[in-house]
Amino acid sequence: MVDAAGKTTGAGRYTDDLTLPGMLIGKILHSPYPHARIKRVDARRALELEGVVAVVTGKDAPNKYGILPVGHDETALAVDKVRYVGDNVVCVAAVDEPTAEKALELIEVEYEPLPAYFDLEESMKAERDLIHENRPHNLEKDYHHVFGDPEKGFADADCVREARYIANEVTHAAMEPHSTLASFELDPHTGELGRLTVWSSTQVPYYLQHKLSLVLEMPMSQIRVIKPLVGGGFGGKSEVIPLEIIAAVAARAAKAPVKITYTREEVFWAHRGRPRTIIDMKIGAKRDGRLTAVAARVVQDGGAYCSYGVVTILYSGALLGAIYDIPNVRWDGYRVLTNKPACGAMRGHGTVNVRFAFESQLDEVAAALALDPAEIRRINLLQPPCITVNNLRVTSYGLPECIEEVVERSGWKDRHGKLPRGRGLGIGCSHYVSGAANSIIRSDMPHSTVNIKIDRDGGVVVYTGASEIGQGSDTMTAQIAAEVLGCTLQRVKIVAADTDLTPIDIGSYSSRVTFMAGNATLRAAEEVKKQITSAAARKMNCVPEDLVFRDDRVFKRDAVPSAPAAGDSSVVAGHVEGQILRGSLQQKRKEEAPKDWMTFEEAVVAAIDFHGALTGTGSYAPPAEARGGSFKGGGVGPSPSYSYSAQVADVSVDEETGEVTVHKVWAAHDCGRALNPVSVEGQIIGSVWMGLGQALEEEMVWKDGLLMNPGLLEYRSPSSIESPEIEPIIVESIDPEGPFGAKECSEGSLAATIPAISNAIYDAVGIRLREVPFTPERVLAAIRARDATAKKLDLTEGVDPTAPTRFREHGGALWFKGKGPTRHAMDPARRAETTMGGDD
Amino acid sequence: MKKELVELKINGRRYELAIESSKLLLDVLRQDLSLTGSKRGCDDSSCGACTVLVEGVPMMSCTLLAASCEGQEITTVEGVAEHGALAAIQKAYGDWGGAQCGYCTPGFMMTVKALLAANPDPTEDEIRHALSGNLCRCTGYTQMYEAVRAAIEAEQEAGSRE
Repeated sequence: MVDAAGKTTGAGRYTDDLTLPGMLIGKILHSPYPHARIKRVDARRALELEGVVAVVTGKDAPNKYGILPVGHDETALAVDKVRYVGDNVVCVAAVDEPTAEKALELIEVEYEPLPAYFDLEESMKAERDLIHENRPHNLEKDYHHVFGDPEKGFADADCVREARYIANEVTHAAMEPHSTLASFELDPHTGELGRLTVWSSTQVPYYLQHKLSLVLEMPMSQIRVIKPLVGGGFGGKSEVIPLEIIAAVAARAAKAPVKITYTREEVFWAHRGRPRTIIDMKIGAKRDGRLTAVAARVVQDGGAYCSYGVVTILYSGALLGAIYDIPNVRWDGYRVLTNKPACGAMRGHGTVNVRFAFESQLDEVAAALALDPAEIRRINLLQPPCITVNNLRVTSYGLPECIEEVVERSGWKDRHGKLPRGRGLGIGCSHYVSGAANSIIRSDMPHSTVNIKIDRDGGVVVYTGASEIGQGSDTMTAQIAAEVLGCTLQRVKIVAADTDLTPIDIGSYSSRVTFMAGNATLRAAEEVKKQITSAAARKMNCVPEDLVFRDDRVFKRDAVPSAPAAGDSSVVAGHVEGQILRGSLQQKRKEEAPKDWMTFEEAVVAAIDFHGALTGTGSYAPPAEARGGSFKGGGVGPSPSYSYSAQVADVSVDEETGEVTVHKVWAAHDCGRALNPVSVEGQIIGSVWMGLGQALEEEMVWKDGLLMNPGLLEYRSPSSIESPEIEPIIVESIDPEGPFGAKECSEGSLAATIPAISNAIYDAVGIRLREVPFTPERVLAAIRARDATAKKLDLTEGVDPTAPTRFREHGGALWFKGKGPTRHAMDPARRAETTMGGDD
Repeated sequence: MKKELVELKINGRRYELAIESSKLLLDVLRQDLSLTGSKRGCDDSSCGACTVLVEGVPMMSCTLLAASCEGQEITTVEGVAEHGALAAIQKAYGDWGGAQCGYCTPGFMMTVKALLAANPDPTEDEIRHALSGNLCRCTGYTQMYEAVRAAIEAEQEAGSRE
């Protein structure tokens, strides 16, 4: 990896590692109430504290913003109301952290608590005290799609299965807490605060620049956003997090640089993770296993703000397509607001929970029809190139090979259904976009643009707006440039993610970088190469088509050595030669007959002599035919290309304790072409591992809007001891439009892991788990229900957002009305009870 | 709070510092000495990103009072590179995907260094146990085991050449 040394030596700088002269530390006061009106903020005592330079509130930056144009419902600091425990209220900028923390204690905020909504059903019933006044019934958005004729499809089916699945809330928990450093320059013309520079842990510098401009009322040209190293994103840094704007607002008020770094607890409040999702899934199939229809109703608990919500809910429906051949689809999606931190985009955006439901139910259908689970998936494969019923264009499709590989390597035929009780194998498949074909800010601009500059020293500098967040963006960019130019990787320098230096790129999310920024890099490098070729061809007395770039040299086609260049002497000579003055170089040329090869530097010098500056630009915009249907919501889901994954999990279940142990996961992923196999394998393993965490233990547990596990000890993710062996298998379908045939590899694998484990648990002990994570409590409850040793208690039953009959606490435990722990005084359920004369 | 004069020995160099007796080693490293390689990833000593070696033993510097380390040999990630070149384990982590976002990597470097000092040829099980105090959200750990093995092989090869 081109940036590895900075990471392994500690020399690489992340945002929190940066300091500026006179820098202040910002600390934020958060709301203790889930829903309350702010009556009064009194910060006088804080301002009097020695070392406190500025105190800012919502009034200092009241403009609303949001990552989606349809969801501008956030302010950097709360203006009139707070909407979740942890909402941002006041920011103090002080000389150091202890002073800022002391100042927070001196601030008085008077709140008027409002009824709060923590539960989907309750929230959707709300008539007044809405979370956002313009969202009746606290419904952010609902969509209803019908493709084909689902009624007829179900009527034609020989087997129909229907069930409710619940996936609880999870978060990214990237290792680096969010951090932002903001600094203003003094304008030489006005003498006032002028240009703003922001260093921030962001996946998309361009979006941050855009929102800063909106809130601070400054032109984008006066704002520079720089992304230093970012310690993991997984979607959590793909939108503007309040501290990124608060730091700038505080810097403006303090007239000094301000750095804010979240504590781990604040990171949990900032959240933007995967929402708790209730999925009613119905699948119909013919006796031979062919799917006739699918109906899904998806309800997501979006938290207090829109965030990426509208896109998340649309993905949950759109990506029912593009994996299997499903002729008839009905999908209803609801995104609901509650008084909890906002959910947003997280690895496998919108698709993971629905995929869990679908793949689990497909297993049930297979069992009912006495078909092998791997076989039913093969029966329903697409026949690409094709366009699905919901207008998704599928060009390359490695799913058949993925299934083949995992079935083969896991010994599926000999082991599935044949292992001793308590041990089982399960299969699951998934897919994901290689970038969204439509940008969230609608415009005609290319999604990625890359500039390349080569100077007389022969150094290739690539300017890209794509953000390295640990996924290998910079390495991919350098590799593509070096591959096209036939030069060594050491020659290539990457300048990335700095809005002053790099062209607009819509950043690192939706697995778009390799496909889109990669294609832009490819085109920029080819443009530069064309200029070098024409100059070199003149020098070498041949036609441009006859030249080959390889091993840091430019050869005439018939002079290309069969083996890689031996010895470095010629390269060293070329290096020296590239630096000598133009005049003497020409002199030297005259003395020599046309050669049949030149060094890269010689060719570059020739090109600069001939063309002047040697620069190239390439950009990428998804083709019109990949942009999907024109129906409402049809813009989300289309992608220029899809990745595919198939996985088999080998698990054992302890029927005494309910503990699930995953022994091994075989994960085959179709990534088009693996540009960097080590990175691709790392991304596959990382995705599977994160899916495993969600399947077995990760869960945000809420009580009255308060997060019960806001730390990395309580929010458990698998440690190195608990992590199973994961065997990544690369399948290369060579996409017709991807750079060198490459497509997505960082998200698609996650979604298959959860159903593979769920299906393996079914194979092991015959229980069908419909709520993730599969904690020992849930496994034991299902085992007891199977054995009828206890009253059947299906935790997912009766959770109907449109016809609620019972009250349900988030986080998995089921509380019947009046039996749960003391509820928040303002909880609507409790208020209803009180008015009915309840006695608690 | 009143400051005290404390002498710390870090990566073979002596530093004389006036610090509060309550100041944590991690904050001294990052704020007073600009040794920002050690990272803060949590509030409660649960992630291991701040791991340093104190007398060769991996310790979380976020829960260690700097003053209590007086007179002890402290090694941070900045002291791992040998004679200005990447140590075998650093090279291997970079080559074999042991580091993705890199934020947890300094902590892992220290843990692996301590592991290999105590046990130059650990089994995979021993590596898993040694690494279990450090959290990584990117890699799923698998490529780290490959990196550790590659580093051991590189060390052995270098040893046999000498």
